[in-house]
Amino acid sequence: MVRGVTTNSSAKASNAPVVPHRPHFASVDEVLAKLSEQGYLADRATATTVYLADHLGKPLLVEGPAGVGKTELAKAINGAIEADIVRLQCYEGLDEARALYEWNYKKQLLRIQQGNASANASGETWEDASDDIFGEEFLLSRPLLTAIRRTEPTVLLVDEIDKSDVEVEGLLLEILSDFQVTIPEMGTIHAERRPFVLLTSNATRELSEALKRRCLYLHLDYPGPERERDIIISRVPDVAPALAEQIVRTARALRAMELKKSPSIAETIDWAQTLLALGINTLDEEAVKTTLGVVLKHHSDAAKAAGELKLN
Amino acid sequence: MTTQAPDATVPTGGLLSHLTGFVDALRGAGIPVGIGECVDTAMVFNSVDVLRREDLREGLAAVCVKRPSYRLAFDTMFDLWWPLATGDGTAIGGSGDGEGDPDNPEMPTNADGEADINAWRKMLADALLNGDSDMLRRIARNAVAALGKGAAGGGRESYYSYRVMRALSPDTLVAQLLEGLLKGADKGGMGEAVARQTIRDRLAEFRRLVDAEVRRRVAEDRGKENVAKSTVRPMADQVDFLQAQADDLAELRRTVHPLARRLASRLAARRRLGREGRLDFRRTVRASLGTGGIPINTYHKPRKQHKPELVVLCDVSGSVAGFSHFTLMLTSALREQISKVRAFAFVDTADEVTDFFAPGADLPSAVQRIGREANLVWFDGHSDYGHSFEAFEEKWPEAVGPKTSLLILGDARSNYRDPSLATLRQIVGRARHAYWLNPEARRMWGSGDSVADRYADVIEMQECRNAAQLAEFVHNILPGA
Repeated sequence: MVRGVTTNSSAKASNAPVVPHRPHFASVDEVLAKLSEQGYLADRATATTVYLADHLGKPLLVEGPAGVGKTELAKAINGAIEADIVRLQCYEGLDEARALYEWNYKKQLLRIQQGNASANASGETWEDASDDIFGEEFLLSRPLLTAIRRTEPTVLLVDEIDKSDVEVEGLLLEILSDFQVTIPEMGTIHAERRPFVLLTSNATRELSEALKRRCLYLHLDYPGPERERDIIISRVPDVAPALAEQIVRTARALRAMELKKSPSIAETIDWAQTLLALGINTLDEEAVKTTLGVVLKHHSDAAKAAGELKLN
Repeated sequence: MTTQAPDATVPTGGLLSHLTGFVDALRGAGIPVGIGECVDTAMVFNSVDVLRREDLREGLAAVCVKRPSYRLAFDTMFDLWWPLATGDGTAIGGSGDGEGDPDNPEMPTNADGEADINAWRKMLADALLNGDSDMLRRIARNAVAALGKGAAGGGRESYYSYRVMRALSPDTLVAQLLEGLLKGADKGGMGEAVARQTIRDRLAEFRRLVDAEVRRRVAEDRGKENVAKSTVRPMADQVDFLQAQADDLAELRRTVHPLARRLASRLAARRRLGREGRLDFRRTVRASLGTGGIPINTYHKPRKQHKPELVVLCDVSGSVAGFSHFTLMLTSALREQISKVRAFAFVDTADEVTDFFAPGADLPSAVQRIGREANLVWFDGHSDYGHSFEAFEEKWPEAVGPKTSLLILGDARSNYRDPSLATLRQIVGRARHAYWLNPEARRMWGSGDSVADRYADVIEMQECRNAAQLAEFVHNILPGA
């Protein structure tokens, strides 16, 4: 049998092996330092939650508006613990066969046909064949199964879970609480090593209580002005601090309006890069008017912002 | 559990019972905390450095708070159960805490030993101008101690944030701050709009700090259980539409948008349901080639799609001002999700307002245009449901057909006029689904000039007083029902 697999008969809760867990971070300060090495300036709340998720070995559900750096956080953690990222991008209609595992039925059919031919000669029984075709060789691993079978440090990123159907949440529960996957034909596969699990959501729908109960929760919002300025400066080192300050303040004014899509952090960074490339040193009316398209992607938003900022 | 002595910390029966008491209080404030999560709170204690109060706060929040709307209630409770310091902030402020600096800055007083308001205001203005959060926090703490005290009923004293705000009146500093931020740049342009936003942010921060400090002070005086009951505000999705405040509405807007999306997908749910369409012979045979000619997977042609058509009829009269704002919000959100939406508004006659909600249109300006341009008043500008239905039926008989879902939003208070039940029955009879959402409590239906009871016989009427009930309604419209 494959490593880490218990057969159906022995897969009882009482003797399920405890999944080994080795924390990566020693303190909140270490999280802060390591994330900032990756170019992600976290606030203390984020760092504390990441530290706890790591320390308690629990999945972390990160919720917040689009563009506050949720996926970026996963990537930064991935870099900080020198792991590999396994990403499951959720979408409407995502199912078990795409998220968890699938049997390679074409290969199974070939095996059966080949078996038929040689069965009479070698005396192979039905049991032999059925054991064989539901074995490791015929299993197609999808992101969730891949993540728990890896022996190297792993970050499992379940991105935009709110976009998926409710059934997918049910599918995740076993993995999130016990780090195991049950395949009826094979038994239960336990994680070799706990992956660092991160789920992101834009809160377009309320996630189920069962899912939330298994996770630590972090609500990410737009950073404060000082931190956003520091982020811009760290990502675009050539930008003058005064210009970064102006960009941040203007972006905050834009976010305070009721826009269809508020400027994300990535977009303010783009804005800084654009202004730098154009050789603009102060963000005056003229500069904003020409570069507003970098941060606002809807015509109605641009028109509204132009009105409220009195650009015309 | 009360703390009268100013130098006493909060008396507890051990850390563990303090923790379970805290969890109980959270549950009392409406935050669901399961048993597993309660165990996790103890693990948080093991993991974080408890001397760093903010780490403890965020750690407990990560375990207990699973929705952003719970956060305010959580913070309130946390401040009560793990107070930073008692009294004037000199008792248990931990050093190295970063925020627990117990040293008062030299708070200006005049010759009589009373607070010197002008000097305070100058300090506040400087802190606001520089965006100095630490200084703001210190000012808030000292200002509440010095200025926030006032007489409560029964010969007792209590603390009030409005007293602080009135004494310091930070709102009157705006002009001065604007001057400081703009540094001589010309007014009226983009610079001013941006600077104003910066000032608004900082003033809001100061107000939050003062509120938090007042809660802490009051809690000390009265015992935390008492305060917990009285200061925790209802969650946004529990707020009554008819009594919603301005910032509740902003919060509601955030909850309504995803709901509209769900409502839209529920109405169209049959589109995705099952694969009962006819067999797609060609695809099935093609796929069978991969499996040696055995058709393992069958493929089906997609069903003919039912594109949802929605007609929204909403009351925008004054009696349901809070609700109508919300219904318009919902209408505009639905308009973006469903392509075939027609929206009608009425007061005492109906008019089509679909065009005002063109995708991408701005909601506040749409509301203004409806008030200005739509023809909603026929007689005296008081709600008249009967006439509105008649006008709707007369002018747009084609709007509601067998494919249409009809959604009526209103309180059914028709000022004792003819309810035109027959007309409504006729409209409802033609529609595929018809629902009425009423923002009034069910027990009020039929009282006074409400004809909700009589309408409820004709159309399925649901009580929809808050976002939570709306969510339930959306959830209950099952596919194909």
